[in-house]
Amino acid sequence: MFNLKNILGTKSLSKEDIITILDTADSFKEISTRPIKKVPTLRGKTVINLFFEPSTRTRTSFEIAGKRLSADVINISEYSSSSVKGENLIDTALNLEAMHPDIMVVRHSLSGIPEMLSQFIECPIINAGDGYHEHPTQALLDLQTIREAKGTLMGLNVVIVGDIAHSRVVRSNIYAMKTMGMHVKLIGPPTMIPLGIEKMGVSVSYNLEDSIKGMDVIMMLRLQKERQSKYLLSSIREYSNLYCLTSKLLEKAKDDVLIFHPGPVNRGIEISLDVMKSERSFILTQVTNGVAIRMALMYLLLENKNDNNN
Amino acid sequence: MELTLNSVVFSEQDISRAVTRIAHEILEKNKGNNNLSLVGIRTRGVTLAKRIKKYINDINDLDIDLGVLDITLYRDDLAIGKQNPVIEKTSIPFSLEGKNVVLIDDVIFTGRTIRAAIDALIDFGRPATIQLGVLIDRGHRELPIRPDYVGKNIPTSKTTLVQVLMKENDGKDEVCVINDLTTDNT
Repeated sequence: MFNLKNILGTKSLSKEDIITILDTADSFKEISTRPIKKVPTLRGKTVINLFFEPSTRTRTSFEIAGKRLSADVINISEYSSSSVKGENLIDTALNLEAMHPDIMVVRHSLSGIPEMLSQFIECPIINAGDGYHEHPTQALLDLQTIREAKGTLMGLNVVIVGDIAHSRVVRSNIYAMKTMGMHVKLIGPPTMIPLGIEKMGVSVSYNLEDSIKGMDVIMMLRLQKERQSKYLLSSIREYSNLYCLTSKLLEKAKDDVLIFHPGPVNRGIEISLDVMKSERSFILTQVTNGVAIRMALMYLLLENKNDNNN
Repeated sequence: MELTLNSVVFSEQDISRAVTRIAHEILEKNKGNNNLSLVGIRTRGVTLAKRIKKYINDINDLDIDLGVLDITLYRDDLAIGKQNPVIEKTSIPFSLEGKNVVLIDDVIFTGRTIRAAIDALIDFGRPATIQLGVLIDRGHRELPIRPDYVGKNIPTSKTTLVQVLMKENDGKDEVCVINDLTTDNT
């Protein structure tokens, strides 16, 4: 039985939790294909999107998910909030909670902010990405997309390529994939792979070409050009020579390999244009499934909250 | 101590006869095909709808559309804390616009499930008519809803449990009435 109050990360999710979330999301997917893309399930509930970091995909996905379930969704971004006037983050959250929202979706550039806020407010929190820590909804939508294409998760081989050190997507995916019995291999330049990450139960390699064979899923990460990548690489061009997924490299992969990217894509740096457009690319399916996963989480959290009240 | 009294009120043959009769009545009322489609309410309503579809096919050589509806998302008791079952897929892969839709469920009780099902159907389009067929009508309606086709009326008290078993789901065809004597005061 699903009885979580918050979704702060995939680390704390059990195998049963993950299966419940994926099954529920599978059923919700159909709603987005109807002529009237709305069900009355969360009518009268309020969802606040509290985003302290730029985001198009994730914020829109949460907003659409809430609206398709008939919840009222309010978006607050860093620049439109009182944090510009110097208000403490906890005070902002407490003030918002005083208006009785039913779910708060939080994104912040610092790791641990959603968990910290969950200690101060009663309202259920969904982590929409915090610093280098976790991005649970991304990992769950990745798992849903893989399960949909492959029929199973157990025993599949996944390779994740890029800036491992600064990726919250990686950490959420490692926890969730290990829980579901998958094998994870990480690849990237040595400066972008943290020491000791093998302790999470993954293997590490620095060579993309040699690691691609036999993989079921290739997940490319975004190079965060606006952040640290300029200090960690000699040049972007060198990185793309070594780690860009091209159609030539793809010849070594299985015929039914799935190609993932959490977006936004730096075209030609992490992944070449023809690979992005190939039929092995599931990048846009990931986005479609993201709405269903977020609908499932909102539904499961609020259903559970009702039970606790009774 | 829990004290229950089970009695079989509808046998395999009874169910088969009722389903055949409902199939005939649906055809009679809708004068043959006339833009007909069936929508079963999960889980046993779908099983019943499949059987009715087969009978209609046998009687009139008609292949009518069959949809599947999960009404969990349209329930009105989400807020009062009932644990919902796992949401199953809804699948209505044809247009309902201008159709004569027959909703099929195993048991009608308060009428709230049917209210939810009607709301859900209308979100898929504007049917010409929505009709309702049930295997068992056990009374105690809380909403102004009346089935058009009924397999059997069974008078029950509010605390009685009516259990419909279907071969495809449960291994046998049977309708049981289970009286919990410890809570039944009526």
